[in-house]
Amino acid sequence: MSDSIISVKDLKTYFYLSTGIVKAVDGVSFTLSKGETMGIVGESGSGKSVTASSIMRLIQKPIGKIVNGEIIFEGKDILKMKNKELLDLRGKDISMIFQDPMTSLDPVYKIGQQIIEVIKVHQNVSKEKAKKIAIEALEMVGIPEAESRMNAYPHEFSGGMRQRVMIAMAIVCNPKLIIADEPTTALDVTVQAQVLDLLKDLQKKMGTSILIITHNLGVIWDMCDTVMVMYAGKTVEYAKTATLYEQPLHPYTWGLLDSMPKLSQDTEKPLKAIKGTPPDLKLTGNACNFHNRCPYAQEICKNKAPELIEIEEGHFAACHFQTKDKKLKRKEEV
Amino acid sequence: MEKSVLKVNNLSKIFKVKSNKLFDKPKMLKAVNDVSFEVLEGETLGVIGESGCGKSTLGRCIIQLLQTSSGEVLYNDAKINDLNSSELKKIRKDIQIIFQDPYSSLDPRKTVGAIIEEPMIIHNIGKHEDRKNKVIELLKEVGLDTFHVNRYPHEFSGGQRQRINVARALALNPKVIVCDEPVSALDVSVQAQVLNLLKDLQKKFNLTYVFISHDLSVVKYISDRIAIMYLGKIVEIGDAKNIYKEPKHPYTKALFSAIPPESPFENKQKLVLEGDVPSPLNLPSGCPLSTRCPNYMEKCSKTVPELKDIGDNHQVACFLYK
Repeated sequence: MSDSIISVKDLKTYFYLSTGIVKAVDGVSFTLSKGETMGIVGESGSGKSVTASSIMRLIQKPIGKIVNGEIIFEGKDILKMKNKELLDLRGKDISMIFQDPMTSLDPVYKIGQQIIEVIKVHQNVSKEKAKKIAIEALEMVGIPEAESRMNAYPHEFSGGMRQRVMIAMAIVCNPKLIIADEPTTALDVTVQAQVLDLLKDLQKKMGTSILIITHNLGVIWDMCDTVMVMYAGKTVEYAKTATLYEQPLHPYTWGLLDSMPKLSQDTEKPLKAIKGTPPDLKLTGNACNFHNRCPYAQEICKNKAPELIEIEEGHFAACHFQTKDKKLKRKEEV
Repeated sequence: MEKSVLKVNNLSKIFKVKSNKLFDKPKMLKAVNDVSFEVLEGETLGVIGESGCGKSTLGRCIIQLLQTSSGEVLYNDAKINDLNSSELKKIRKDIQIIFQDPYSSLDPRKTVGAIIEEPMIIHNIGKHEDRKNKVIELLKEVGLDTFHVNRYPHEFSGGQRQRINVARALALNPKVIVCDEPVSALDVSVQAQVLNLLKDLQKKFNLTYVFISHDLSVVKYISDRIAIMYLGKIVEIGDAKNIYKEPKHPYTKALFSAIPPESPFENKQKLVLEGDVPSPLNLPSGCPLSTRCPNYMEKCSKTVPELKDIGDNHQVACFLYK
């Protein structure tokens, strides 16, 4: 596709620990189109954050290593870039919003200084101009009295305000892609709603693409055009958001959708929980990672890892029993 | 008529916070501010609120982990907040707590068996043999295997640890369990398992829960009645079904409208409150929501609205309802 902003193919990031190799990301592929929002959803340890860090090449060496795959950003492979190119890329073309706004801002610098630093690194502008851009960015994210707040330290802000500062910092250089790694997980629901609305508004104004990582399906329904479901380091399903909601194909996605308590649901019935716990990522490999929890699992699932295939146009799933000709029937009661 | 097990009357908890200035008087932080409610036998009262609204402090005041500043807590119509430690020990058998973080709430140096047995040793229940049998029984009850008894907490996943926590809380056959965010550290698929377990156990042992959480859908799923807290006060309390169907208080409305949608097709009208929650160190005068409320009237910043019954067991603290 020509209008894709980033496309990831068969990405594998492993961590080499003394106790074994952790396959944190083990075969992830997706494409994000310009101006769209994609969501990555999965449980903790499913490799969502490592995928994001891999795109930014922020994997800690020498423990972690990207062992396979390509990440094409505007025609260039990020994995083949030299350090200098990377420095240009980070913060300017791709910027990242982290989960915890308290630990991702430097507590000993004023927030104005921190934003100006980003501008000075990437744009050849005078100090005054940089300050002006920073104030504009703060106003854009809805911080009142932006000029005087430039001189405040991070601890003087509330969690929601800090996350706004993080967003301001992410947009000062007009990035083409914003990666938001659990941007609202540390926030309360009312503040979460404010921050998500802000991200949507900014996207409308600036046409940025957003990659949003979350474990909250509600955030996905609210924000995303396409969604990728990850489980134990692998893409298990990838589709348009509406398609995924209406016709999910992978048994894990079914379980995930069912185990969310819903407000509209009858509270008398027990929740349909997925049995068991996710596998140890050191032991995954030659099997479907979900086989020990899957109610539909058969012999083949224990011996062979399913490939991610396109089942309908734009709808990918990785399951032995979900192909173009073979279809698995979703049981009502599992 | 159902019996009320736990009753809280005008409970307040004030923390002293050191001032930034040298020699200045300490500031008063009202974490819980004049809260009253009762919990009926066998029901689940959900307590919802955003971080810093005092819901955990309230839970800790109920089980007397924190001393209350004023007001009273009644268990079976007996006051329990000014007992001495030996009297309190008897009450503690009946009121237990499950904490939020399954990682820090289990002693890493004890085996699972020892952890679950400890409350029974403290309260001198049974002989060694009986206690061992009870531990095995509890492990089965919460869905763990009997061979887990000699393992250490680090060998378990978050969901399993929370099961151990539940087993420990059940060891003394309590009547009331305060659950302080028991599932917020867990993933959705595991969260559902623990919620189902809590519900099953409630039916089996006729337990009464005070369920503290910030997750609205979780509270809806587990609770019979719900109390909504804002800045140390209960702003609305009533049957879960009624509140979710028709929230009355402006804060409850805003809170519910902020829940992310349940499907990509849902088009929600969001009611966004302006600004941030004020600091509990200097509470706004009058209604706690008066600085942010879309229905603000003049008297809101002058007098504090009381919780008023508006029928159907539903109480609201707002001047909009009379």
